[in-house]
Amino acid sequence: MRILTIDTSAIASAALLDFDPQDPVKTAELVANFATVDTRSQAEELAPGVKSLFTDPVAEGPALDAIIVGTGPGPFTGLRSGIAMARTLSFTWGVPLYGMMSLDALAQQVFDTPKKDSAGRALGPLAMDDFVIATDARRKEVYWAKYSAGAHLLDGPHVGPAADIFGVPVFGAGAGLYEEVLVGNRCTVHAPLAHAQPTALELGRAAIRKITAAGSLEGAGLLDSTPLYLRESDAKVPGPRKRAL
Amino acid sequence: MNQANPLILGIESSCDETGVGLVRGTELLTNTVSSSMDEHVRFGGVIPEIASRAHLDAFVPTLAAALSDAGVTLEEVDAIAVTTGPGLAGALMVGVSAAKALALATGKPLYAINHLVAHVGVGLLDKSIAAQYDGGALPENLGALLVSGGHTEILRVRSIASDVQLLGATIDDAAGEAFDKVARLLGLSYPGGPAIDKLAREGNAKAIRFPRGLTMPKYMGTAEAPGPHRYDFSFSGLKTAVARCVEGYEARGEEVPVADIAASFQEAVLDVITAKAVLACREQGVTTLLLGGGVAANSRLRELAGQRCLAAGITLLVPSLSLCTDNGAMVAALGAQLVMNGVAPSDLAFATDSSLPVTTISL
Ligand SMILES: [Zn+2]
Repeated sequence: MRILTIDTSAIASAALLDFDPQDPVKTAELVANFATVDTRSQAEELAPGVKSLFTDPVAEGPALDAIIVGTGPGPFTGLRSGIAMARTLSFTWGVPLYGMMSLDALAQQVFDTPKKDSAGRALGPLAMDDFVIATDARRKEVYWAKYSAGAHLLDGPHVGPAADIFGVPVFGAGAGLYEEVLVGNRCTVHAPLAHAQPTALELGRAAIRKITAAGSLEGAGLLDSTPLYLRESDAKVPGPRKRAL
Repeated sequence: MNQANPLILGIESSCDETGVGLVRGTELLTNTVSSSMDEHVRFGGVIPEIASRAHLDAFVPTLAAALSDAGVTLEEVDAIAVTTGPGLAGALMVGVSAAKALALATGKPLYAINHLVAHVGVGLLDKSIAAQYDGGALPENLGALLVSGGHTEILRVRSIASDVQLLGATIDDAAGEAFDKVARLLGLSYPGGPAIDKLAREGNAKAIRFPRGLTMPKYMGTAEAPGPHRYDFSFSGLKTAVARCVEGYEARGEEVPVADIAASFQEAVLDVITAKAVLACREQGVTTLLLGGGVAANSRLRELAGQRCLAAGITLLVPSLSLCTDNGAMVAALGAQLVMNGVAPSDLAFATDSSLPVTTISL
């Protein structure tokens, strides 16, 4: 099975992955991967990046088994650029489209990253118990969700100040941004993943884990491509005009 | 690619209309538009974030409807064109991302085009206008007056594919925006243009003398020594004057003569717009003026522009209203002109530009 994953909830990224849905042991094979460095150029770089994953996108695209897009939460304009791209590719190629919460990508990365001692020896998983993924929601807030040690979603996603998170290890760019507040709340912040952003590659790994566990794409409990905005538009209905009296 | 008579798919998302149009050369095949206008009514104006969210959900259904309406497949399309500016940044981003996806998925060339120039290109699709000219070309010495909720400009078009100049523009609010704000002051519904147009017919346009923005000699100068804003517009002072006027009636405990205010306000806006457009045409050698933008629906604008152009010997062209408001067909029409003129397509890495100048016809 071959899937294209796209995530623009923070940086812009896309990945092409091969795997066998019936064989959870066989590791996924990364065909091609693309990711930007910054979070401000999604619309410019995403399309050339997706194109670069293929030798001939016009021929290879329709042969994909699925497109999976990160549905956020993340800053709206960037998030929409990835979802607009994924929906249009899905329509044009006639390939089924699914969504996944972008924070799942970081949870998968925590799950896959071993804890190491000073000599570089693996000491088991990075998170031994429940943990939180937090990303930058701007306006002095984070997008966050709580996961079990096995990277299964327990609670969220939420948007709010980092001060709302208590007593858990916190990973992701939101952890690095608000380390002081989090440590004050008895949270721990781990250097290797304190600045990490969701990527399409990790999102794909999380998707493959769900799909192989279910044995099929349809049974994997993936979302649709509806964006997880979590915030209303800022528009206010104007009140009645003050009369001059 | 069929360069002589290309089949172009055009995408528009610069404001609150999600448009997909299909054009073959200068022949309109379909003009499919999904508007989020209803969602903005309670706010009395376009809310960019609401418009962007609506574009995302409307795009694929609008695309599918356009293809099915025109009876063409994506394989048959020769090139794709998309509005890359000017417009609302977040809204532009949705159409551009979708257009890039279409281009990379189909391998078709993509043209990132200027929304304002597309308002002119749409004239080629109008049968009544085309009937006046041979060979599907726009007339010589062409100018355009674009009036909408998002922009107010006077353009000179020497070549639709390669030479467009800005003669004048609003320095603050767009005319349509002023109509919306004044409609709110008068307790009328959104959008303000049609509401004021209707009410103004019952009022006296000479009842109140509202200010005409940027018409003083220090701004106008002379034909030989033009002032800094000879062909420019300003509507924010007018809006304030209407507010003061309404407050004056209320403070005196008198009934507000809404119809007279609507008529007088509308006359102040349209008097300046048409006078300056005709002045620019005469001084710049423009002999045909094309009207575009949503405010072209205003009956008094059509009437006044008609009278003044006739008096000055200028031919006025007014495309049908569905082509004047923002739509994908106008984008496709300009895209077709670019293809027919051998203009190179855009690189897939182009960026949207919310203040793209009219001189940049495509990226
Ligand atoms: Zn427009």
